[in-house]
Amino acid sequence: MTTLTAPPKTAPPAARPRTRSGTAKWKRRIPLLPALVFTIVVTQLPFVATLVISTFQWNILRPGQRHFVALSNFAFVFTDERLRTAVLNTVVLTASVVLVSVVLGLGLAILLDRRFVGRGLARTLLIAPFLVMPVASALLWKHAIYNPDYGLLNGTLNAVYRLFGASNGPTVDWVSSYPMPAVVISLVWQWTPFMMLILLAGLQAQPGDVLEAAKVDGASAMATFRHITLPHLRQYLELSILLGTIYVVQTFDAVYTITQGGPGSRTTNLPYEIYLTMFRKYEYGQAAAAGVVVVLGSIVIATFALRTIASLFREEVSR
Amino acid sequence: MTHAAVGAPGARLRKLFRRHDHGGAPRLSPLWTFVAWLATLAFFAPVAWMVLTSFHQEADAATNPPTPFASLTLDQYSLLFSRDITPFLLNSAMASVFSTLLVLALAVPAAYALSIKPVQKWTDVMFFFLSTKFLPAIAALLPVYLLVKDAGMLDNVWTLIVLYTAMNLPIAVWMMRSFLAEVPKEILEAAEVDGAGLLTVLWRVVAPVAMPGLAATALICFIFSWNEFMFAVNLTATQASTAPVFLVGFITNEGLFLARLCAAATLVSLPVLIAGFAAQDKLVRGLSLGAVK
Repeated sequence: MTTLTAPPKTAPPAARPRTRSGTAKWKRRIPLLPALVFTIVVTQLPFVATLVISTFQWNILRPGQRHFVALSNFAFVFTDERLRTAVLNTVVLTASVVLVSVVLGLGLAILLDRRFVGRGLARTLLIAPFLVMPVASALLWKHAIYNPDYGLLNGTLNAVYRLFGASNGPTVDWVSSYPMPAVVISLVWQWTPFMMLILLAGLQAQPGDVLEAAKVDGASAMATFRHITLPHLRQYLELSILLGTIYVVQTFDAVYTITQGGPGSRTTNLPYEIYLTMFRKYEYGQAAAAGVVVVLGSIVIATFALRTIASLFREEVSR
Repeated sequence: MTHAAVGAPGARLRKLFRRHDHGGAPRLSPLWTFVAWLATLAFFAPVAWMVLTSFHQEADAATNPPTPFASLTLDQYSLLFSRDITPFLLNSAMASVFSTLLVLALAVPAAYALSIKPVQKWTDVMFFFLSTKFLPAIAALLPVYLLVKDAGMLDNVWTLIVLYTAMNLPIAVWMMRSFLAEVPKEILEAAEVDGAGLLTVLWRVVAPVAMPGLAATALICFIFSWNEFMFAVNLTATQASTAPVFLVGFITNEGLFLARLCAAATLVSLPVLIAGFAAQDKLVRGLSLGAVK
């Protein structure tokens, strides 16, 4: 965790007195200081430590052999087969979870933006997957739904097969046969409500008169959506994709619980690989180097996210 | 998209329509209402199945095809408590409640200095807080682990409290600032002109406007700390383990008991489900760090 490069500038604050005396300035700063100092100490110092550790060869199974190796851990990180797989898995996992849940979330948001019987209740029920503890939801999917013998999925298939006269349904071991889709589906289930909430807020912030005008002018629903709603939603879509990416890249609970990164390393993502390097291989230097690389990758995504948030923020401040 | 052009025709109308048009939002046709409910129930089904299974006997939970109408029982829940889930729940409660209080104690004054009496370059400060939220926690795990180990603070709830506070502080600062920014400037100035002291202003002017925001912020912070797993599983062992750690350990220790697992999953999710439903109007504001209302 560290600071990003120069934060995007927002509009100048509305009314700020020109120059104040030093004491007046400090009087204003005092309430801010505890939070600022706390954040710097707890989030920035560990990152400095990570940077330092990443330049050491350090395995606690071989005590007394800790020494400075400059950038060779980074050379390892960029050439290691496992880490490359982990990077690839992280990209596949994050991209599929975010894209599928944005599409589903958009569909749900469009439905919930209209009035229908029990809309409030439907919204409440739809939020539930996001509120179930992530570890609990991972365990639920693994054991109560994917389990080959008595999981809900095979159980339902079996019931349907019997309904049509077949003696028994297929017995698919979902997690071993389709490890990545299994993890992705459980995460899509968890993140769709998040996307829906942001996009629904976006839809509801749409100026009503424009939609009204489009209707009066006889625009079709499809045309109204494409030419009015979608452009308006763009920044909300961006925001949900970027925030979703930032959260889903960090996925640890689901991988740890559903597949332990397996079979082999087919579902090992970067956080889980770093965890393994740290607590199974005890290669602290390598883990730190991988951590630095993850941070650098996140900075790229976060810069875009910050820009989007800054534009929404600027609107709010100037409103 | 600003409303600066008040004079322009339409701008006033737009403002009028802005948030009030949704009582009159178009209705869904019966077919689409059916689709909406089908989708909703599909998403809710796993939760419903979890809760239902938690009230079944083990034998009824492990049938194929499933038997949703088996007789109901509270056995699994009483079993959980005899398996000592209580200390884990207490650790979770302590970690989330104390970190939430600490977050508010730090975030509210900070938000005050970023909105009501803003420091210079307050937007830069805002984005500094935000940027710390965007970097993966896993990168901090190693140094935090080493530091905590050296300090003899492994397996200590206070370690989690400090980490959760840092994790939630940016969210809280952003949320509280957006709520405090809604305190009307004119009233603040009028109160100051009338010679009201700082405490009076805070209590009489700021608090009434900011209270719902404070509650929403607290709920969001509570949800995130209660659900946190990565630090909890790596930094605690026996004394300070929280509810998610219990869930994972529960499976490996006891083998697979589906009904009991569902009961445990339901029980540990319950506080957050309640908090989330209570705060659902404010949820999106917290999740988007105050960027979306």
